[in-house]
Amino acid sequence: MSAVVSLANVHKSFGSVEVLKGVTFDVGPGEVAAVIGASGSGKSTALRCINALETINSGEIVVCGHKVHDHTLEKRALRRDVGIVFQSYNLFPHLTVAQNIMLAPMSVKRMSKADARALAESVLARVGLAEKADNYPEQLSGGQQQRVAIARSLAMQPKLMLFDEVTSALDPQLTGEVLKVMEDLARGGMSMILVTHEMAFARKVAGKVIFMHHGKVWEVGPGAMLDDPKTPELKAFLNSGL
Amino acid sequence: MPLSLTHLEFIAFGALWTVGLSAIAFVGGALVGFLLALARISPSAIVRRTASVYIQIVQGTPLLVTLFLFYFGLALVGFESVPAIMAAGLGLIIYSSAFLAEIWRGCLESVPKPQWEAAECLALTRWQRMTRVILPQAMRIATAPTVGFLVQIVKNTSLASVVGFVELTQAGKIVNNSIFEPFTVFIVVAFFYFIICFPLSVWSRSLERKLNVGRR
Repeated sequence: MSAVVSLANVHKSFGSVEVLKGVTFDVGPGEVAAVIGASGSGKSTALRCINALETINSGEIVVCGHKVHDHTLEKRALRRDVGIVFQSYNLFPHLTVAQNIMLAPMSVKRMSKADARALAESVLARVGLAEKADNYPEQLSGGQQQRVAIARSLAMQPKLMLFDEVTSALDPQLTGEVLKVMEDLARGGMSMILVTHEMAFARKVAGKVIFMHHGKVWEVGPGAMLDDPKTPELKAFLNSGL
Repeated sequence: MPLSLTHLEFIAFGALWTVGLSAIAFVGGALVGFLLALARISPSAIVRRTASVYIQIVQGTPLLVTLFLFYFGLALVGFESVPAIMAAGLGLIIYSSAFLAEIWRGCLESVPKPQWEAAECLALTRWQRMTRVILPQAMRIATAPTVGFLVQIVKNTSLASVVGFVELTQAGKIVNNSIFEPFTVFIVVAFFYFIICFPLSVWSRSLERKLNVGRR
């Protein structure tokens, strides 16, 4: 079984600040990996490197067969296989919900308008927002916008989904509805990496928890690891937030 | 000698040329300026720098001097007699392109960076990102300052009088030369400029208000 994502000794600096100091981990097909850690531990940067939004300084990243560290990387081919959802939703404000979703299938996959519309309706139904197709993003709540962002990524039928602190901007009730959608995705066998502060969710859904500390992978294990931390750093992290 | 109807007609005709010259300057300047704005945010450093040098040179030169350069320069490179409209038109296009490029670059860059990233992560090409995601949002932001700049163009066409182009100001000068009533004549000229510019200013301000409501 080959990994969907594998990072090997990845280093990344912003100027003189080294953010990733030799990060190594794998995520297998259908696996849900939760990356946790304090602010500044490098977890979001690691996620952005996987999608080539940041260029790494050294090491290797292979994602769905694409050599992300290679300068000949065909970024658009990588992005067809990898969906990403951001903390700030980043829906296109000038387009309706359906148009947001139809844009990439029509421009990138040359799908007909009718097919794209049908696809948009089906992914919206999956996130429970079928009736919002013709609304504009600003007419939706934060939780609904985030579910649309997830639907927009799903419409490209990615092999891997990345979630970058997708519930951090939401109140607890809205967080619940977004997590529910992610849990359904995980059950459906989607390979997922999520950077999250939702420890309960990580414990419940993630097959693998990756604790990052000071730019390194400090501790890796199943969800149950959170009940029995090995390192004092993870212990301290878990106690501080709760 | 008082201002006659014929004189007024002559000045009004000059005002029409002011509008025409403004239109030439705006349309030409918009075409060139749009390409320059794209060049200013190009991923290629050479393209960015070239556009920047052009803009710096044009913005750092008085329009009056630019107009002289075109009027006399075109003659030097082989145009027998340069029609005033050509020199004035080209000079104003160069001038407005540099300013519009900087206004629009600012508008393009004011679309939040995550919008670029989200579009990039959906595998859109750079062209698709620009035309489907960034431009529609930037255009909303750009409308008000663009219309505002249009007022500057209209007023600056008065400088075309120095190369002998008979627009509103030059028409006023000609009439004054025959009736020697400078104050009356230029009050009329000023009134015509105001009639052209005022609606544009009002429009620009109302666009600005609408935009602010939209962004809350």
